[in-house]
Amino acid sequence: MNEQSSIIPTGRQEFDRELGRLEAELILMSGLVEKAIFDALNALKNRDIDRSQKVIDEDDHIDKTELEIERYCIELIRRQSPMAGDLRRIVASLQIAGELERIGDYAEGIAKISITMGSQPPLKELIDIPRMGDMAVSMLKRSLEAFISRDADFVRTLGIDLEKDDDDVDDLYVKVKSDLMELVKSNPDNAESATYLMWVAHNVERVADRAMNIVERALYQATGELVSGTTQIESTSE
Amino acid sequence: MTLNNTDLLSQAGSAENILKFDDIEPVLESNDLSVAYNGNTAISDVSIQIPKNSVVSLIGPSGCGKSTLLRCFNRMNDLIPSASVEGTVSFAGQNIYAPDVDPTEIRFRIGMVFQRPNPFPKSIYENVAFGPRINGMTDDLDEIVETSLRRAAVWEEVKDRLSDSGLSVSGGQQQRICIARALAVNPEVVLMDEPASALDPISTQAIEQLIQELSNEVTIIIVTHNMQQATRISNYSAVMMAGEERIGRMIEYGTNEQVFGNPKDERTEAYVTGRIG
Repeated sequence: MNEQSSIIPTGRQEFDRELGRLEAELILMSGLVEKAIFDALNALKNRDIDRSQKVIDEDDHIDKTELEIERYCIELIRRQSPMAGDLRRIVASLQIAGELERIGDYAEGIAKISITMGSQPPLKELIDIPRMGDMAVSMLKRSLEAFISRDADFVRTLGIDLEKDDDDVDDLYVKVKSDLMELVKSNPDNAESATYLMWVAHNVERVADRAMNIVERALYQATGELVSGTTQIESTSE
Repeated sequence: MTLNNTDLLSQAGSAENILKFDDIEPVLESNDLSVAYNGNTAISDVSIQIPKNSVVSLIGPSGCGKSTLLRCFNRMNDLIPSASVEGTVSFAGQNIYAPDVDPTEIRFRIGMVFQRPNPFPKSIYENVAFGPRINGMTDDLDEIVETSLRRAAVWEEVKDRLSDSGLSVSGGQQQRICIARALAVNPEVVLMDEPASALDPISTQAIEQLIQELSNEVTIIIVTHNMQQATRISNYSAVMMAGEERIGRMIEYGTNEQVFGNPKDERTEAYVTGRIG
């Protein structure tokens, strides 16, 4: 009647290794994207056309990496029929790869603007935009840490910190726009350069937003909670 | 995750991990249900509520007591002389193990479909007509047979060969004829013990679709080893597990979203992700 119980570890070591490989690929992609943003902003600051062109060229590599991760996730879903935490991990990875790819596009966009601006003298010394860039890249790094941790409490705590940083980035963005508008008002000839810089600031602000999306995916992976919008990360921690 | 700790595997799920329906009257409900064979406990203290017109999957590793639990719901364990049952199973508000309850009547109202198709060595027609005949439902027998075969989604395939043996058709068709046989007496609940495990993929798909269609009219409890199948066809899943002492306990019961998406019990997580089996 009572057939022999066979509760045994089934040994999904290979699947665990594959999940580890997926995570490693994401970390690698994140590194490429962080470097792209850093290089794009430095090239803009230093009027370095060659470096800007390199950022544009290397975006292909980021795009291909995203495709590889996507294919790998699909293969894992097809082959391993993941459930519960495994499924959440793969789904979150898939979405984060998409977020990183878009951040790569922002870096490429900044590089293209930089090239379009050519050798035009800067309107003013770039201070706030690189600051926004540093903050956004820091947010990106920490959002990936949250994902890798798979620790619900850590993700929530970090998420709340990042919300504050995102607010700071938004404040700086408002300030940059305001400063640039003043420059245009003082001399309408500044309009073209100011518009370019506004686009740069917009792209950087979007990087911070994407980092917040990554934290939301990290929260989903760790807890199964689907949230959208910064305040909800805090509210789910109660 | 290491779940070799047999103490952990032996523990029942905490109450908060077992779904309770406060707002509806369950059609079937067990309370502190335990079964022993020859004095050896097979399942212990299982309390579960089955909502009407739902499909509930019982899942868990081999030997965890899923089929034993399933058989309790229509007193099939009575047919095993060494089996003893403690606790209650309430069906429509009545304990089916009360002394004055006729188990045969219970088995008409709570039908059962087994792992391997088991048509009687009679014609297809007589297989389906068997239950109604015993129940004296002989007035519209042709209509009952046709309706039952239609509900079991096999009418079109067998309507021209109703006098052929129930054993002469394919395994998938035999299983649907067995489902028609169960449906012919208008059961309120149908118990299914791995009904598709012996079938090919196409027949399995037909059975799964049938289960989903039937759930509009009857409540279905299904034992399955196929977790993908459980996610496809059921609304709720109960996870059973047994430790080294081989006593099956329910460790988690909830919506499929919970059990397969975000389990509350780490043993469920380990089982549904294939870390233990």
